[in-house]
Amino acid sequence: MPRLGDVVRRISSKNAGPFWVTVDVFCGSPEVFEQVSKRLATPAVAALFQVPSQTLKRFDIPDLGVVKFSMPRPVVQGSRHDRDMHGAQLAVLLQEFDFQS
Amino acid sequence: MPTRVLVPAGVLGLGFQQAALDHGVAARPDIICIDGGSTDSGPFSLGSGTSKYSRGSCKAEWRALMQARAAAGVPLVIGSAGTCGTDETVDWLFDITREIAAELGQRLRVARLYSSQPASRVAAALAAGRVHPLTPAPDLDQGSLDSMTNIVALAGVEQMQAALATGADIVIAGRMTDTATVAALPLMRGEHPGGAWHGAKIAECGAQCSSNPTSGVVMVEFDRIGFTVEPMAKGATCTPYSVSAHMLYENSDPFRLYEPGGYLDVSEARYSALDSRKVRVEGARWVPGKYTVKLEGARLAGHQTTILAILREERYVRHAREWTEKLHAFLTEQIAARMGLGAADYTLEFRLIGVDGALGAAEHRQGDPVEVGVLGLITAASAETADEIGRLINPFVLHYPLTEDEALPTFAFPYSPAQSSRGAFYEFALNHVMELDDPMEAFRLEVTEIGNAKTG
Repeated sequence: MPRLGDVVRRISSKNAGPFWVTVDVFCGSPEVFEQVSKRLATPAVAALFQVPSQTLKRFDIPDLGVVKFSMPRPVVQGSRHDRDMHGAQLAVLLQEFDFQS
Repeated sequence: MPTRVLVPAGVLGLGFQQAALDHGVAARPDIICIDGGSTDSGPFSLGSGTSKYSRGSCKAEWRALMQARAAAGVPLVIGSAGTCGTDETVDWLFDITREIAAELGQRLRVARLYSSQPASRVAAALAAGRVHPLTPAPDLDQGSLDSMTNIVALAGVEQMQAALATGADIVIAGRMTDTATVAALPLMRGEHPGGAWHGAKIAECGAQCSSNPTSGVVMVEFDRIGFTVEPMAKGATCTPYSVSAHMLYENSDPFRLYEPGGYLDVSEARYSALDSRKVRVEGARWVPGKYTVKLEGARLAGHQTTILAILREERYVRHAREWTEKLHAFLTEQIAARMGLGAADYTLEFRLIGVDGALGAAEHRQGDPVEVGVLGLITAASAETADEIGRLINPFVLHYPLTEDEALPTFAFPYSPAQSSRGAFYEFALNHVMELDDPMEAFRLEVTEIGNAKTG
């Protein structure tokens, strides 16, 4: 099965302050955006990031062809059990997510 | 009269293209604005009250900006000086400014805006019901306030405007919102409020909203209706896409941005290309609200010592997890027996680099690594205890066998000693806002004349 990262133009993630992290899926075309917007299920993304589905905020932005997810960081930035200070590797989980377009 | 703001880079210390800066100065800005800070690298800067970037980098770049200021004849301002924007780091950049002024023969009026907060002020506001948690917020009480090494409040445009009103050539501001540094002058001159905040957000990372992010320099022209953004580097372009996409960056909500005294709503903003490099933006709204400032605080959460060993032998690579779990259980007993320490006194965690070092439990791929780095993280109340645990576990991390009936293995230590003291370990401890009646009541301004004009 193709992976989401192979279907879209780019997926990146970054802290939004020490307590939040945000993941942007840049789809690259209106067609891909429509597919991703329709078929990428929020609960599946929440499970992937291991956060409760109700804490995952989602923005589908057709003008930019972007689907954006924001969530409270599972561990606060820089706290004892944080493994990724900038939250930038989280995007990899979504890049490698199986996605049938 | 539009207001032209030159932004040389997203942050002081990361570099910009000198030619692009020169081009920006020639384009006659009304002010030069740069941000100096962020929480992005973690709690250490705020916890310790020190700059993340090297003094040498900051001095070299600040010198170029002070020369640009002199050439343009307009104010130069920096927000969140020295990464964390504490009073100490404001004074750190002030010292650098004084050195450069002497070297360049510049005579300057410098305004310093201080953002550090005494715990007692926050405690009083908390008791008065004027401190409110954001989501998610750490627990807050008198005890946790007293344990914080630094607390800062993020200033908005009002405090920067007060600093500019002193007639300062240079403003060195403590912690403030990235956007307020840029939005202050346009708002002071009556430009469109939604446009001022929106343009400031677009420009706060310098040329990141353009095709050439590392060039650094952008010019934003604010007017009564909106703003126009243009990159200053040769060949760089801004497109409606590159500009609008910047609202996503490090923002949990791409349409709404909370600032002291209200919020910016860009849901109705329209972006259009004026030519191949300039983008025009209109339609953002500023919605005034209660005057609150965000608080940031960090507390000392212990001291850390780390140890790193590399497993290369195939059997150990394959059983790395099992090996570290056995080793951890063994070491817990040894630390209890030899040092009398239990779970409340320290933490010891092993992370497998090459297996799931970055993602931990969320990792879903399994590879076949050639080698595995075993990173041990020891956190204890004092540096002495963390180091002593490091020395205690060192020989076992080097030689611990997977089974009893085998010759002692010896893994690869990359340096001697294998354990290294990382020093103080800080944690973010505030995600709150504080209400203010007067924007200046929690901030302080100091104006100083420095340097001497070159003679002869």
